[in-house]
Amino acid sequence: MTINRTSALAIEQLSYAYSGKKALDQVSFSIQPGECTLLLGPNGAGKSTLFSLITRLYDSRDGQINLCGYDIKRQTRLALAKLGVVFQQSTLDMDLTVMQNLLYHTALHGIANKVALPRIQQELERLNMFERRFEKIRQLNGGHKRRVEIARALLHKPALLLLDEPTVGLDVPSRLAIVDYVHQLAADENLAVLWASHLIDEIFPDDHLVVLHKGCVKAKGTVDEVLAATETSSIKDAFYSLTQGEAS
Amino acid sequence: MNLVHYWRAMSGIIGRELWRFITQRERFISALVRPLIWLFVFAAGFRAALGLAITPPYETYILYEVYITPGLIGMIQLFNGMQSSLSMVYDREMGSMRILMVCPLPRWFLLLSKLLAGTFVSILQVYVFLAIAWFYDIHAPWQGYLWVMPTLILSGLMLGALGLLLSSFIKQLENFAGVMNFVIFPMFFMSTALYPLWKMKESSALLAKLAEYNPFSQAVELIRFALYGQFDQQAFFYTLSAFIVFMAAAIVGYNPSKGMMSKKGGG
Repeated sequence: MTINRTSALAIEQLSYAYSGKKALDQVSFSIQPGECTLLLGPNGAGKSTLFSLITRLYDSRDGQINLCGYDIKRQTRLALAKLGVVFQQSTLDMDLTVMQNLLYHTALHGIANKVALPRIQQELERLNMFERRFEKIRQLNGGHKRRVEIARALLHKPALLLLDEPTVGLDVPSRLAIVDYVHQLAADENLAVLWASHLIDEIFPDDHLVVLHKGCVKAKGTVDEVLAATETSSIKDAFYSLTQGEAS
Repeated sequence: MNLVHYWRAMSGIIGRELWRFITQRERFISALVRPLIWLFVFAAGFRAALGLAITPPYETYILYEVYITPGLIGMIQLFNGMQSSLSMVYDREMGSMRILMVCPLPRWFLLLSKLLAGTFVSILQVYVFLAIAWFYDIHAPWQGYLWVMPTLILSGLMLGALGLLLSSFIKQLENFAGVMNFVIFPMFFMSTALYPLWKMKESSALLAKLAEYNPFSQAVELIRFALYGQFDQQAFFYTLSAFIVFMAAAIVGYNPSKGMMSKKGGG
């Protein structure tokens, strides 16, 4: 199968195993710019493993991952430059302020302060966090920390945003605010989004879905295509039928 | 990707580490208390038990406190190197290491920057320790305080690289305590930090041999000679070689396709 050069993310026949136990088996799908793709799967489906492979924290001999046409194995740095990530666990430095955390990120991406500071202001203002820029991360609540992480992931203008269950542990208003914001981003900025979740109420009607179960892709396509393929009328039913009743 | 990018990233990593260290007062104080207790309590008590002959770089009889000072400098760097790697295990478990690892720079460069950051923190500690020791009447020639700087960079890098290597093998934070016991204490006690080689030979030839080949001994001797304005060539090359070996192994350890990272589990 050939890789589509216009895809923000293209994964082909990707497999991975921990000590002989398969965590991912022949996974293939792609995401186009401006597309918001929800990666659905129960706990242990292989979502975090897939994210670790896309971010090159792990390496797999089987299969291929391309980011904006760059092979993650051979053109790692070019590929990673196109990638913004929000990990499942917070990766902010608790003892530093919001601003220090964001400047650390821009330094790692080689962005000069005169470029970084207006970008930081822009991203924080969009998330109503600019007023809190000099507060230590430790002083923020879970929802605000997540907003800072999303702002950080966007500072180097990535083409693909990965979010690994970013709303876990948040209250309903914070969760909805983040879901809305990311969908808006995809539409406004032509940003490709891959959002791992096991919460089916985070899906918008225009989203694309990839349903992962026990390391295999069980279904992929638009919401309508997945419903048609599973002959169900709701995502909840489709998810149940694909994962044999293991939905959260 | 250009040199400016590398420079900005390295400055960011070092700046973050220094800032964290300066703002974490407890860490700063505890890093100083350990060698000061050894200097004020252990060395004072041990002075009477250990007679020291005149050996290079010393040109006269010296107090035990003077002898032990380079060893305690090494101790500061040894603990700092291990603590940095401990924080890397913690960072990896908690996730903040991931932000470093997914930035678009070569992994060896990121690890080296992290090492340099830890080394600068340790040098800061060493100079504060030397300032306090100066008031305790432990004086080196003033040039020695300058000469010792480059050796501190090398010894700090070598000990940090060892910590980094160990951290690449450690899956969980809990496992680190065992490694600390099996690495820090043997390295420190089986070295020339506390007693000279010739003194060790009197009690055990084997122990003296092990101490001689211990990279920590070589780092301590490098520091000792530099503090008195002299260059110990053998110690320099030994420490440099140890750094290269530890660093290369750590880079392999952190390589997702070759090292221990590939063998660690995930979600």
